Amino acid sequence: MSPLDGADTSEATAAATSKAGADAVPSPIPDPARPAQEPLLRVEDLRVAYPTEDGLVQAVDGISYELPRGRTLGIVGESGSGKTVAALSVLGLTRAEGATVGGRITFAGHGDLLALGESELRAIRGNEIAMVFQDPLSALHPMYRVGAQIVEAIRAHRDIAKTAARARAIELLDLVGIQEPSARVDSYPHELSGGQRQRAMIAMALANDPKLLIADEPTTALDVTVQAQILALLSRLQRERGMALVLVTHDLGVVAEMADEIAVMYAGRIVERAPAERLFALPEHPYTWGLLRSIPTLDGPREELLTPIPGSPPSPLASPPGCRFHPRCPYSEPEHARTDPALEPVPGRPDHEVACLLDADTRRRLWAGLRDGHSGVAESSSAAEPSIRAATPEGPA
Amino acid sequence: MTRYVIRRVLWGVLLLILVSALTFVLFRVLPTADPARLRGGRSASPKVIAEIRANLGLNKPLLTQFWLYMKGLFLHFDLGYSYYSNASVKGLIFDRLPATLSLTVGSAIIWMAIGLPIGIVSALRRRSRTDRTTMGAALLFISAPEYWLGLIVLYLFAADIGQVKVFPGAGSYAGLTADPQQWFTSLILPWLVLAAGFAAVYARLMRGSLIETMGEDYIRTARAKGLPERRVVLHHGVRAAITPILTIFALDVGVLLGGAVLIETVFDIPGIGRLNYDAITHADFPIIQGTVLLAALFIIVANILVDIAYAYLDPRVRYS
Repeated sequence: MSPLDGADTSEATAAATSKAGADAVPSPIPDPARPAQEPLLRVEDLRVAYPTEDGLVQAVDGISYELPRGRTLGIVGESGSGKTVAALSVLGLTRAEGATVGGRITFAGHGDLLALGESELRAIRGNEIAMVFQDPLSALHPMYRVGAQIVEAIRAHRDIAKTAARARAIELLDLVGIQEPSARVDSYPHELSGGQRQRAMIAMALANDPKLLIADEPTTALDVTVQAQILALLSRLQRERGMALVLVTHDLGVVAEMADEIAVMYAGRIVERAPAERLFALPEHPYTWGLLRSIPTLDGPREELLTPIPGSPPSPLASPPGCRFHPRCPYSEPEHARTDPALEPVPGRPDHEVACLLDADTRRRLWAGLRDGHSGVAESSSAAEPSIRAATPEGPA
Repeated sequence: MTRYVIRRVLWGVLLLILVSALTFVLFRVLPTADPARLRGGRSASPKVIAEIRANLGLNKPLLTQFWLYMKGLFLHFDLGYSYYSNASVKGLIFDRLPATLSLTVGSAIIWMAIGLPIGIVSALRRRSRTDRTTMGAALLFISAPEYWLGLIVLYLFAADIGQVKVFPGAGSYAGLTADPQQWFTSLILPWLVLAAGFAAVYARLMRGSLIETMGEDYIRTARAKGLPERRVVLHHGVRAAITPILTIFALDVGVLLGGAVLIETVFDIPGIGRLNYDAITHADFPIIQGTVLLAALFIIVANILVDIAYAYLDPRVRYS
């Protein structure tokens, strides 16, 4: 599903244009105080497991990534791939659910977030790292006014008077594009539209000028027309404030517009990680191919058929041995059921990693074959416009 | 909202009229015993009975009787006179109401103060030893009949017959204005016994409701804001979880104000419940009728209050 279907507001257009422009510049807001190699967020070998009645669920099984200041990472995967749990763990929000979390998460000079005490972590939550959730209707408290909820977020970290916090809440609502913010501040969540609610949610997340915003499926619960507006808003705010953004989604169309780098998750692991343009142009993992081939486009022929990935993701209770994707992979060999592939750089591209047992030449040949099923692919896969058109099947030609 | 309240109150009045009509049928039309004979006592002459019949208007057509009954009831709150003592039922009810009110309010405070915190703690420490112990005890108190519990408590702690003479026993009730200290001490045991079962029910209700609420997305949002866990639980969790419980609470209080028959009887408290019990043993129909109508009134009023309160407790509910 493309986020721009049917909706092309001026804000959306402006953001899309500026995004393309921003790609020419290395980073929207470079931070001269820190060397470039020091990332804002570094996740190393994160493992999250839940005890359930049926056994231990390994929701996240050793993922690592880095996010520089002001940049955007898209984490893409099907439901159950562990992408949301991976994002929640950064804020320690999986702790309350009795999960065991392993690995290391360092953030902006705070050391390991996983080793912090509850109160130290609380000082970071909603302050330096903020979060936007999928469904704003259920994520906002139904019994408190929107303004009161924003005021609460501000006062959780700043010692300011209620009236001052309220004035700031109105300012924030205005910033996220809510009309008549001084009236809406007294609305209850159910009195707002879906898009307004998500804007209010974003205003709340921005309350304390976070360095990192984690957005978990921020557009999934919204109408298609509103999705584009929310993405444009996130994009604008990120640019204006130099925030880093982790965008968790199942929708490659969403990350195509927004992300600098994309990590594809499958069964609790990252199976491919690459700069956005690169991932859309030269994907290396058969799972990524499947994801790309299941996206519809506006400019493709109407009669084209989407190609679904056969089967369903494995149960997190019983991951298949060897390569976790092998039962669904059309190119798997008997050997793949025994060997667990590591996430390794593609030859010659240290910024592009893939966990696949097929050798690089075979992968290139297979993808070229899939790609040549369609017309005009190579031309449109330029870096400036990481269009999803590049990866769209034309159907059973 | 105002329109809704008016409509709700009018429905309440209509319901009350229907209940009154029903009690008329139950107590005037259906009983096989002749009210005049009941009123006349053991060896009344036929002449006396005929006089009583004329006095009570029982010789008039049934519809006329019904009209006079409804008129008296709604214009003068006239509930007739006891067959047994000839006292005005209205007067008796007003005499007995303070005791029932004292019992209900005190007990309600106790069961909320005990039940809700236990429910909250159990919900937050689900499957812990505290949770298992309190919920096990709750099950015990829910299962224990209150008259049985009352008798046990009297046997153990009453000043007259108790093994450990701590609290005033049955029949020691005094009015609040007459003797505040006696009022308080005499009510301690009945309060606790009545509250025990309710506290157990409310602890379980609160536990279930809060467990459900703590799984909501907005609780995760509250944590993501960096709020202290205490505030997450009380301000976000309990605030939402308590709404359905307050509705049940209002209804329970309404029912109890109609008379806690068993407790008032066991502890011999001169309240509505005791009045009702005595009236039943003496087939004193006007009093039974009066207490039934009173109970209906309280329940209907409680229902209306709950519906109106809901709009304030949960902003998503707006009546039009």
